[in-house]
Amino acid sequence: MNAAIPLIDSDLVGTTGARHGAMGYLTDTTLCIGCKACEVACKQWNQLPMDNLEWTGYSYDNTKDLSATTWRHVAFIEQLDGTNGHSPGVMPPFQSNWLMMSDICKHCVKAGCLEACPTGAIIRTEFDTVVIQQDICNGCGYCVPSCPFGVPDLSASDHKAHKCTLCYDRMVDDLEPACSKACPTDSIQFGPIDELMQRAERRVAELHQRGVKSAYIYGDRAVGGTQGIDGLNCFFILTAEPEVYNLPAYPELPQDKVGSAWLATLGAAFAIGAVAVAALRGR
Amino acid sequence: MPGLGARLGRGGATTFQQNLAESDCIVIMGSNMAENHPVGFRFVMQAKQRGATLIHVDPRFTRTSAMSDVHVPLRAGSDVAFLGALVNYVINSERWNSDPFFREYVTHYTNASVIINQDFKDTEELAGVFSGYNPETRQYDFETWQYDGEQDHSTSPSGDRSTNRDQTGPNRDEAKEVQTAEPRGEFVGRLTGQPRTDPSLQDPMCAFQIVKRHFARYTPELVERICGVPQDLFLRVAEALVTNSGRDRTSSFCYAVAWTQHTIGTQMISCCALLQLLLGNIGRPGGGILALRGHATIQGSTDIPTLYNLLPGYLPMPTSVKKHDTLTDYLQVETPELGWWYNTPKYMVSLLKAWYGDAATPENGFAYDLMPKIEADYSFQKMLLMMKDGIIKGLFCMGENPVVGGQNAVLGRQALANLQWLVVRDVFEIETAAFWYDAPEVRKGELRPQDIKTEVFFLPASLTGEKEGSYTNTQRLVQWHDKAVEPRGDCRSESWFMLQLGKRLKELYAGDTSARGRQINTLTWDYPTIGETGEPDLDAVIREINGYTVADKKLVKSFVDLKADGSTACGCWIYSGIMPEEGKNLSKNRRGDEAAALEWGFAWPANRRILYNRASADPQGRPWSERKKWVWWDDTQGEWTGLDVPDFPKTKRPDYQPPEGAKGIDAHPGDAPFIMMADGKGWLYAASGLRDGPLPTHYEPWESPIGNALYPEQPRSPSALFFERPDNVYHELGDPRFPYVITTYRLTEHLTAGGMTRYVPWLAELQPGGFLEISPELAAELDISNGDWVTVMTLRGEAETRAMVTLRLQPLHLGDQIVHQIGMPWHFGYGGLAKGGIANDLSALVQDPNSRIHEGKSFTCNLRKGRAAGHPAGYSTKRPSPELTRQAGEEEGHWVKGDVKGDHGA
Repeated sequence: MNAAIPLIDSDLVGTTGARHGAMGYLTDTTLCIGCKACEVACKQWNQLPMDNLEWTGYSYDNTKDLSATTWRHVAFIEQLDGTNGHSPGVMPPFQSNWLMMSDICKHCVKAGCLEACPTGAIIRTEFDTVVIQQDICNGCGYCVPSCPFGVPDLSASDHKAHKCTLCYDRMVDDLEPACSKACPTDSIQFGPIDELMQRAERRVAELHQRGVKSAYIYGDRAVGGTQGIDGLNCFFILTAEPEVYNLPAYPELPQDKVGSAWLATLGAAFAIGAVAVAALRGR
Repeated sequence: MPGLGARLGRGGATTFQQNLAESDCIVIMGSNMAENHPVGFRFVMQAKQRGATLIHVDPRFTRTSAMSDVHVPLRAGSDVAFLGALVNYVINSERWNSDPFFREYVTHYTNASVIINQDFKDTEELAGVFSGYNPETRQYDFETWQYDGEQDHSTSPSGDRSTNRDQTGPNRDEAKEVQTAEPRGEFVGRLTGQPRTDPSLQDPMCAFQIVKRHFARYTPELVERICGVPQDLFLRVAEALVTNSGRDRTSSFCYAVAWTQHTIGTQMISCCALLQLLLGNIGRPGGGILALRGHATIQGSTDIPTLYNLLPGYLPMPTSVKKHDTLTDYLQVETPELGWWYNTPKYMVSLLKAWYGDAATPENGFAYDLMPKIEADYSFQKMLLMMKDGIIKGLFCMGENPVVGGQNAVLGRQALANLQWLVVRDVFEIETAAFWYDAPEVRKGELRPQDIKTEVFFLPASLTGEKEGSYTNTQRLVQWHDKAVEPRGDCRSESWFMLQLGKRLKELYAGDTSARGRQINTLTWDYPTIGETGEPDLDAVIREINGYTVADKKLVKSFVDLKADGSTACGCWIYSGIMPEEGKNLSKNRRGDEAAALEWGFAWPANRRILYNRASADPQGRPWSERKKWVWWDDTQGEWTGLDVPDFPKTKRPDYQPPEGAKGIDAHPGDAPFIMMADGKGWLYAASGLRDGPLPTHYEPWESPIGNALYPEQPRSPSALFFERPDNVYHELGDPRFPYVITTYRLTEHLTAGGMTRYVPWLAELQPGGFLEISPELAAELDISNGDWVTVMTLRGEAETRAMVTLRLQPLHLGDQIVHQIGMPWHFGYGGLAKGGIANDLSALVQDPNSRIHEGKSFTCNLRKGRAAGHPAGYSTKRPSPELTRQAGEEEGHWVKGDVKGDHGA
């Protein structure tokens, strides 16, 4: 699936919002077999070092989370019902009872990290993806708490922020990103956002028809994205509540709270002032 | 894969992975396909997206189960009971008896109607053994198993058909000992014409009735009692299979080594072949049996074998215990009158010409006398014992890590310590190369390096991307891979090493006229080399494998052109046609399509993708249905045509009847799709080819917590091979000291014994240490919490590891008895980055009598909380040193940025 990269209206470069030319991933967890080929392909292409050799005992997830050196992370969630100690036997089609989800930077339409970056190191590319320019990043770390998904991370070795680039260096050469290229079951699909979204809608409808009523798109801009952050350029088909996959149900950007926080602070100041004045006057 | 060979004719997958997408129902049993064949699993997912039902039958709930519609947890090793019950269900089902398709397929394409020798007695009559069993030798005499009316019953299951039994005389048992029933075509004694049949299938001694009686007691109740599978779940599987088989629908089976690695593993596979024949699923799109091969080119390593008892193309290895003295003797013994193997002389003589060149002449029997004759069992397990006992003194170890991957690895390490020399070629210094200073025995002080006399040579091997070559994988598909970069330093390819080794041996033996010297001197070994390092030109090797006419060195088009007069040479007849013209190596083809993808690589034989595909058409040669059409008879052209290369003589009419006295393939009628078999039929009843019985029978694993509910007098396989000795002790059935069933398996993140993965940082971190999986119930009994250190024990050894307590394992209820199963990955060892206790320190040497494969998928053990004394596994929970974490980064510049998918063929 070496999708040709469509030409992009240069006027739009640098602005935000999913639009014509935006590229991203559809990660369809119902097709994911948890092989972790995406993790390895990502590390190989991006030359990211091994993190550690800790056996977690948490199902088959020894990666634990996204980090400066892990840009794809397959989460494993065992959901078997242990009431009678038996396998469910007959199950819904596609992934069930042992959920596996390959998590990644969402390349948000309204990207908290980009908004928080004081140096301009984080940019929006011609593919509508969000990339940290390593030669400009000064390691201030503001992007880290600004991401509601906990994606950017400071590296302990170079003290700069790192995250998925959506294989910018492959896309400019007309190559499919490493993780989707390596995915054997096409659980990770790469392509233009509008096309992927149509595909996701068709797939969800089909899943509903086949009895997987719980399937839905996480990060669909048309239905308000995931609430506070418009849409995601990397969205997911999930079959359980977002929290099950350690995703926020209502992600919010901290900067969106700034206005109300200021108002609240002012309000509090006024209130305290009023109380103080009243108290003093009462003396 | 004798299980498939004995019933269908060839020991290879009958279909190809891409064709799984056409299946209406896929049963994965004896395999964890999503984890161990993730790339091939793509086509399973495609089938599911088209609406297919996916069933996974496995002791554990795995990543494959998570994708399935039905998961059936069964007791490890009880597969024949489950499959036999499916056979019984199918034969008695309403649909099978009312839809004429099944009757038509079975009567025309299988040996269901053949009358069997009246003296044959089933296990049901003899309390668990077939007629002809000798309890002293634990072997069968196969006379009573034969087709009725045949006077000379000298065929043995291995194909060691001694036409003159006096010649083998007292050695006859040894002959059986030497030859395994490898997937060579099978044939019935001196069968010279069509056997006696009853097309109504009513004769009590016809194969169908024998099958029916044999499996009559395999009921859903028995499945519940033996396998621990609830009856409703079993019925769900049975109904799915019957519903999804027939004229318009097909079901397929995928299996891997979780069927192979049992003392009755061959019969598990053969039972599947029997079932698929009954359901009319063989030779048809979306049907068949996919034998999933566990590592790169494992299929290739039996085609052009690394096995001791086979020559290339499944020709039997000459042996001193059969009448194999001269080429004439060999050919007389090994060539049947009927079926494709009638051509054996053409293939054998062409092989001798390829190997011995001008030195092979008609006068000297084409130098047949130079070929070594084997005289005993030299299979892997026996080799370990022979090394331990000082009989074998040196070992080349390439692409294998036996001190982790070999059964009874404790004995394996002692065996290595008893060698004079050991050569290990690998990409990392694997445990086998480091055993003399790093083994648990050495760490514990039981063995001192200075006392080990083995001289160890460690030679660096090049990686896949550093050499070109071919893989023959699961579906008999030969695919070429190119070299991306030059190997570093002294790393060299395997072909370079073998070429050099041969050259140096030739120098060493120059002028030596002894038998041994001549064997080496005479060998053709003139492969041209290319490049600075002198890598052999592999196209020249492919050329030899394809075959050529000796006089003008012109390539032959296919094995049909091979001759028995010495005018052709061919290194492996089944691969013939891989290079039909100069410079045209078909394994390099890379054009795919949505059908048979005939221009992607090259599949043996003759680029056929679905084997026995004559069966995809009805007896008259018409497709069974539009939806399932594949190969059919074109009457206007007078030939077979379709989407695949027909696996049938191209112009043989569907109504062809053989004339009196016809030989070979000409003796088969036009409705006989199984061309390798003597009678051209798929064998519901295997009159030869299997050492442990013509029909699959449930026996308990060699070690089991319970007795045999079906045949209490005969709990274990009566003909399994074992090695009872102090360093290989077995557990008695029901031994209370070893109450748990243990099954070993692999994870996606590592490959086999880990030599290529546990040393690679990016893979090691994904599964960084050994563990085992137990149910919460067993954990509660033994006071084990998730993540605790535990120690597993058998009489062979012990292994410490971490416990993963998970609902994916569950206790099985067999009547009143509860059986706990433990799952343990066998990847881990004491070397590399990802370490852990060695699962094979626990397993035993014991063999399936057909394949000589061990029983790693089901044996018994004990388990306790806590670490083993002395921490032999050396597995550390500490974070790695900074050096290790940097390692991947430092490799930069050596790791080539490239197309990730391109290397997935491995």
